[in-house]
Amino acid sequence: MSIVNEKDINEQIAWAKINADVLSSMANPRKAYWISVAMCIAMVACAVAAEAYQYNEGMGYAGLNNPHMWDMYIASFVFWIGMSHSGTLLSAILHIIHADWRKPIYRFAEAMTTFSLMTAGFFPIIHLGRMWNMYWVLPYVSDRGHWPNFRSPLVWDAFAISTYLSASMLFLFVGMIPDLAICRDNAKGWQKKLYSVLSLGWTGTDRQWRNFRKTYLLMACFLIPLAVSVHSIVSSDFAMSIMPGWHITTFPPYFVAGALYSGCAAIITLFVLLRYYFRFEEYMTKAIMEKTCKLTFAIAMVWTYLNLVEFASIWYGHDMYSKELLIAKAVGPYAWVFWSMIFCGSILPFTLAFQKLRRSMPIMFVVSLFLNVGMFFERWMIVAPTLSMSHEPHQWGVLWGSIIEWAIVFGSFGWFGLLFLVFVKVFPSVSMYEVKEMVYHRRRHLVNDDAAEKFHRRASDSKTGTDEPGLEGA
Amino acid sequence: MSLENVLSNWSKYRRGAEEGGHHEYEHKWAMMINLDLCIGCNACSTACYAENNLAVVGKDRFSKGQAMHWMRIERYWDQADKEFPEQGASFLPMMCQQCNSATCEPVCPVAATYHTPDGLNAQVYNRCIGSRYCSNNCPFRVRYFNFYSYYESSWPEPLNMQLNPDLSVRDKGVMEKCTFCVQRIRVAKDKAKMENRKVGDDDFKPACVQGCPTSAMMFGDYLDEDSQVRKTWDQYQVKMGPYKQDKQEPELRGYRVFEGLNVDPSVLYLERVREEV
Repeated sequence: MSIVNEKDINEQIAWAKINADVLSSMANPRKAYWISVAMCIAMVACAVAAEAYQYNEGMGYAGLNNPHMWDMYIASFVFWIGMSHSGTLLSAILHIIHADWRKPIYRFAEAMTTFSLMTAGFFPIIHLGRMWNMYWVLPYVSDRGHWPNFRSPLVWDAFAISTYLSASMLFLFVGMIPDLAICRDNAKGWQKKLYSVLSLGWTGTDRQWRNFRKTYLLMACFLIPLAVSVHSIVSSDFAMSIMPGWHITTFPPYFVAGALYSGCAAIITLFVLLRYYFRFEEYMTKAIMEKTCKLTFAIAMVWTYLNLVEFASIWYGHDMYSKELLIAKAVGPYAWVFWSMIFCGSILPFTLAFQKLRRSMPIMFVVSLFLNVGMFFERWMIVAPTLSMSHEPHQWGVLWGSIIEWAIVFGSFGWFGLLFLVFVKVFPSVSMYEVKEMVYHRRRHLVNDDAAEKFHRRASDSKTGTDEPGLEGA
Repeated sequence: MSLENVLSNWSKYRRGAEEGGHHEYEHKWAMMINLDLCIGCNACSTACYAENNLAVVGKDRFSKGQAMHWMRIERYWDQADKEFPEQGASFLPMMCQQCNSATCEPVCPVAATYHTPDGLNAQVYNRCIGSRYCSNNCPFRVRYFNFYSYYESSWPEPLNMQLNPDLSVRDKGVMEKCTFCVQRIRVAKDKAKMENRKVGDDDFKPACVQGCPTSAMMFGDYLDEDSQVRKTWDQYQVKMGPYKQDKQEPELRGYRVFEGLNVDPSVLYLERVREEV
């Protein structure tokens, strides 16, 4: 097998073409788009109907019962929160380590972050018995002197998620400002008004760029610890309890690894979809796909390792309850879910290790979907088996959920899809200015390897390098 | 808890799990259940339904695990292959153990469940938002959630006339659990205070204790050296508080459920005396 070694991006793309290509993705949608939107709305409608029924009649219709006080709602919550981590990984972590291959694909990953958080946020609310009192978990000033219980991980969740959601929305927006200005310059009618407001008067002056860079970097640095802490806090919903299978020290890193994993898998899925639908072959290249796949593979192995650590520590820890639960996961009623999770999460990612498979878009599309199925099962296997088999044997029982519960979970995918579909038509899903930067840098390298270095040096020292060659486009 | 309080009382608070933590109790209500006397008749459970306005959920919902029995009789068979109680079922009446270090308390996001100066683990229905975390973190699984509204289905007229006016009827979305009949405790305490005396053993009993035909259950104030309950706990050499019990006589039948989890329950069980098979 010959190793294909190609460029991340063709550095000869004209800047005007980048603008044209990305802007055309925001042009009037085709039929397939409307069909997708209709499907998503139908899915959301299912969930809304189910939720309305559950709201009026009681949580019992979700199929919940005494040992299973939480079920699919919390599993989906963890799943969607997890999905949100890849955007931060791509846009913030890869940004500060200067991995410039992220540039064509980070925008939609970041949008994914925001939208999956907006999906995840629904679940803790939906699962409350009295959701009309949900604001009680927030520390508002009340004349009765009531405060939330700051010891409860659910309160930490409320803080963590709202912080992360607002920070990631802001990050998405700030990173989009130069692109919104391009949209403004090319739009007509109401869109022009919209982009004029959103682009905040961006004209691309030196000073604006300097401030923009600083802000962006600052927010990236702020977002990274936030992303790690959010999922650690979500994991403490479980790890802070005393239940077997939840009370596990490795849960925070395990959750973060699982989050990055499912997020990366979702990036691959959307990568293939956008590449195909918007004909972004020139930006979302196979070389970038390969890098994403390698990253996903590495994270999959970390996740597998943490799984093994967890199993081993339970096995050798001789905590009767946990050990019995682990055995029950493997051979009990949930065994098929457990083994599907192991297969999808630990075995299937090996397809990402082969270049031939990695380069095939259809295969990667299917694989990435299954990786996420595995990760959904993982969250299910965190929540359900512990509840089904905790300390008190009298209260053991298996639960598969009711149609109401599954309808809401199903609808959450529609809601996410709907948000994403709206996003790709209203906002540029490929970062134009960053792709131009990438192209520019590559081109400089091509012309003269030293030139690029000179360019970088020039940024810090204004005396040298006045002979910057002009570049067409912009 | 002010900073000043933390600093001046630090030595009290730093006492760890070994001593059962720090509590300033007026009373410490505790129970004793003699499993040797328990015949599994469910009278305690029935009494509880009547006293505490527990919803009767019906057969379907009961089998789904959505029952509201604060007091339940757990049946265990010594030999799994034998089907009939007379061949060796044992009973474990299980209700909220009113743990001194209750795991349900720290996890409630709105502090709807907390510890009273009576040593009770209280549930404030009006504050509960139904996150159900408390139930998930309860090793005994004795917290019951109102999955539905029951006030119409469970007490159709004229059955609503039999509801106990001393406590509320809970609506959907709220967690509830055994309170050791806190409404009776309240009355007894008020009465004793007016008569200017201590609450004694004979002042009141929770419904389950009152209903038990074999007198298998006993209730009282653990802090009161003269109470029957305290005497029984001492007799069986089980102490409230410490992480590890050191019984002088290991043959004694007294134990607390899930002692190893260090939740420090307030219910003493006396093991059933079994004949050699």
